[in-house]
Amino acid sequence: MIAVIDYGVGNLFSLCRSLEAIGQEPVVTGDPEMLRKADKLFLPGVGAFADAREKLRQSGLEEVIKEEVAKGKPIMGICLGMQLLFEESQEFGTWEGLGLIPGKVVTMEGVIPAHYKVPHIGWNQLHFPEGDRHPLLKTVEEGDCVYFVHTFYATECDDAVIATAEYGAELTAAVAKGNVMGCQFHPEKSGDVGLSILRTFCEGDW
Amino acid sequence: MITKRIIPCLDVKNGRVVKGVNFEGLNDVSSPIELAEYYTKSGADELVFYDITASAEGRGLFTDILKETASRVFIPLTVGGGINSLEDFDRVLKCGADKVSVNSGAIRNPELIREAALRYGSQCVVLSVDVKRVDGEFRVFGRGGRDDTGMEAISWIKKCVDLGAGEIVVNSIDTDGVKGGFDLEMLQAVCDVVKVPVIASGGAGKKEDFTELFNALPGVDAGLAASIFHFGEVDIRDLKKDLRENGILVR
Repeated sequence: MIAVIDYGVGNLFSLCRSLEAIGQEPVVTGDPEMLRKADKLFLPGVGAFADAREKLRQSGLEEVIKEEVAKGKPIMGICLGMQLLFEESQEFGTWEGLGLIPGKVVTMEGVIPAHYKVPHIGWNQLHFPEGDRHPLLKTVEEGDCVYFVHTFYATECDDAVIATAEYGAELTAAVAKGNVMGCQFHPEKSGDVGLSILRTFCEGDW
Repeated sequence: MITKRIIPCLDVKNGRVVKGVNFEGLNDVSSPIELAEYYTKSGADELVFYDITASAEGRGLFTDILKETASRVFIPLTVGGGINSLEDFDRVLKCGADKVSVNSGAIRNPELIREAALRYGSQCVVLSVDVKRVDGEFRVFGRGGRDDTGMEAISWIKKCVDLGAGEIVVNSIDTDGVKGGFDLEMLQAVCDVVKVPVIASGGAGKKEDFTELFNALPGVDAGLAASIFHFGEVDIRDLKKDLRENGILVR
């Protein structure tokens, strides 16, 4: 069973419909027991880091997620959900993340050239670091486009970066560390390329 | 590198897609769900649904159609038409919309933009503005392009961005339906004052109009059109091939 973690942040409609489109029967839940029973977890999220972080804590789901991930359960964070996987975010203050992947989340303003528009919105191409392609992205070709909407991005996480996007700077697009994976872009809004990544995660043995 | 977006617009009335010339003489074209699926397969980067009569008649959107489309199509969806309150934002976002476009609702109450941006984020709030030249200035028109608001358009757009609008759809009433190309002069004036994505609308008649748009105005992020796509005059696959051959990066 695939569980989409419901902690009161963001819109889960599209993610659930996209998982159904690839033959899954996702369960949207904030119930710790369900998360423990699930085979795989999705951590979605849009909005502000601090708010999302607080909701994860207050709901008690933070501990459940950490326990399950420590036992080896695969988790995929999407957009803000990916950012929450890191140790720290500097979005309007300094906030502690779940710490499942070393690295921190910072604004792209000041990093990218001033004439670039912020947020980074739109379809951008994926590039892969040198070396073996991570199995999560086995269906993706160099230069394939996926849909991004974000202002902050993950940095100081080189070992975990499995794809980047070029936007006046090399921005972290996807990360993986063992059973913990994440996409800065929205696979549920990235057409066939996005659906294929979701399928690989759902059907993979991580 | 980020790509330029091609966006078909589906003007919806009574559950059908319609498109008029200069907003008059509406014709039934097709089913929104079928069109949405067709466009997605053809390489559309995003879809816009407008309930074009909602602001005049106060009707809500056909959320069933939106839900059905969002269940079958996995690219960004923008919804507009009759958006007057945060409840309207909530209603369409819950049906699978990713962005919500405000037009007359923002003219009546500009604070709607600020409130929506605070609650959902600027990336969610699109300002759509119908602009026509009147007495030598760009003028904002409301209620589906029917009413001259008397407001100067460039300052209105700037104000809305300051309030939190994350993207601007500029629809030129002067070129809409004429198929003689986008309104480059008007779009340039908008690009000069905002740093959020600008979507050009109104006037596309052939593939070359998009090439001209992106070559002339690097600040424009996307081109939007309706009838030329609905009637098959321009195929999105062909259009993107043309753009690529002209050095414009597309998905």
